[in-house]
Amino acid sequence: MKKEFKVIADLLPNNTRVLDVGCGDGSLMNLLEKEKNIEVRGLELNQDNVQQCIHKGLPVIQGNAETELHQFPNQSFDYVVLSQTLQAFYNPEKVLKELLRIGKSVVISIPNFGYWKVRTNLLFFGKMPVTKTLPNTWYNTPNLHMCTIKDLFNFCDEKNINIKKVIGVNENKTSLIKKSNLEIKNLFSKLGIFLIG
Amino acid sequence: MNSKLENIKKLEISKPLKLDCGKTINNFPLAYETYGKLNENKDNAILVFHALTGDQFVAETNPVTNKEGWWVTAVGPGKAIDTKKYFVICANVIGGCMGSLGPRNINPETKQPYGLDFPVITIRDMVRAQESLLEHLGIKKLLCATGGSMGGMQLLQFCATFPDKTFSAIPIACSSSHSAQNIALNELARQAIMADPVWDKGKYFLKNVQPKNGLAVARMVGHISYLSEKGMQEKFGRKLQEKADYEFSFNADFQVESYLRHQGYAFVERFDANSVLYISRAMDYFDLSKQFKGGLVEAFKNQKTKFLIISFSSDWLYTTKENKDIVIALNASGTDVSYSEIITDKGHDSFLLDVPEFLKTLKSFIDSMYDKFKNEKRI
Repeated sequence: MKKEFKVIADLLPNNTRVLDVGCGDGSLMNLLEKEKNIEVRGLELNQDNVQQCIHKGLPVIQGNAETELHQFPNQSFDYVVLSQTLQAFYNPEKVLKELLRIGKSVVISIPNFGYWKVRTNLLFFGKMPVTKTLPNTWYNTPNLHMCTIKDLFNFCDEKNINIKKVIGVNENKTSLIKKSNLEIKNLFSKLGIFLIG
Repeated sequence: MNSKLENIKKLEISKPLKLDCGKTINNFPLAYETYGKLNENKDNAILVFHALTGDQFVAETNPVTNKEGWWVTAVGPGKAIDTKKYFVICANVIGGCMGSLGPRNINPETKQPYGLDFPVITIRDMVRAQESLLEHLGIKKLLCATGGSMGGMQLLQFCATFPDKTFSAIPIACSSSHSAQNIALNELARQAIMADPVWDKGKYFLKNVQPKNGLAVARMVGHISYLSEKGMQEKFGRKLQEKADYEFSFNADFQVESYLRHQGYAFVERFDANSVLYISRAMDYFDLSKQFKGGLVEAFKNQKTKFLIISFSSDWLYTTKENKDIVIALNASGTDVSYSEIITDKGHDSFLLDVPEFLKTLKSFIDSMYDKFKNEKRI
């Protein structure tokens, strides 16, 4: 199980209703349903992934988060989870607004473009970074809007979106990110996990 | 054919059924078939609803026509709906012609077949009639109910009318209300039948004949609508039927013409023209949202059933959009719903054909639901 999923699962209370946007093969939903008795729903674009979710008995809707979130009613979930997908949308701001409309709270994880290895890749080698969390090359990456933990932090501030908690993840280590340690954590976290709304 | 119809399973329903049109039917036959065995816990029953021209003979060999059951691709030992594991039930709809009460039956008042004196029925009437069958078989709650096309429409109605009768439901390639295009196509089929002089205002049975030409044309219309443009082009193209060149006549030069004629006239052997009129009318009248004040969302309120909606990308009869509208309504009502769009060129017919992605999805869902249903019963 990915460390990221464990961190996300820890953020979510038992017996709640959770929508996993871009749920993949249902690994996170499975964890939430089995260990936290959470009522899960997934939205997933890829047909193979949809099949795997159905095979696991997990409720999943095949669809595109960019265009089809409107089908979920206002505040119909306690939490909406978006794992490492925000940067791949044409219009991440619009998607984020939709997530906040559907969920009472929203959990977003992003691959951190501010991570030091990413920075040095560009700085010393003059190449678009390829790392474990960002495995694609510039010409085949699905990521359209890369950002750093600091960027998303500032974005929420600007848009008056309430930040409840931010966690930085590096391999198996996690740390709480606050305004006071934002610069350093932005340098040493591979992943940022935001609880907002 | 009639003697064979005597030997099929039938339930005589004595409980009066008040139809949506206001008339009441009682003491009527409902023909059905079952496959596999109902287990001791009675938790492995799957109800299948058939489409416009279907019948209760889902799998194996249809004993009346001696042809394969209409859903052998999906139902049978080791198939997606595995009859070694599950108990599969299907009933012929009322209005049909495979043993259930329909326009061919004798009207007790006139001692003649009903013909057009048969009351106009609705999808809800069909579904209500089938509820008695579950009671008769001793099934309190189904593991799953499924059906494609009109079968899916019956299933949506079944879930809305009886919110706690099935643990899971798989409506396939259907709609919650018949579209203008679908009504138009049905009207075309009906007009073809009624334009046949043999039809004689539905009284053809008095002369013991069928309006074959009209009924065949009606079937041809259907067959065109079940395929996709791409699928048809790939299957037939401009290929000629067993000839090197045009005949310069109106015979079936093209393979696609020959195919349509074959399908049309084969249908005449097994179906009744008046049944097509009645069943297609029931489809046209179907609008689930109209039955509930709050529309479709209200129809699915308090729904415990777990849904899987399946649509096919090239289906232009019951489009992905129409199927998605059902998903949206189920979502809005807070119902547990999954949805998958199967990418295929095979059009509306896909649910009857060997489309591996579809059959795999069907199997995965049913098997996982069985595990969940067993667990729920244990608790």
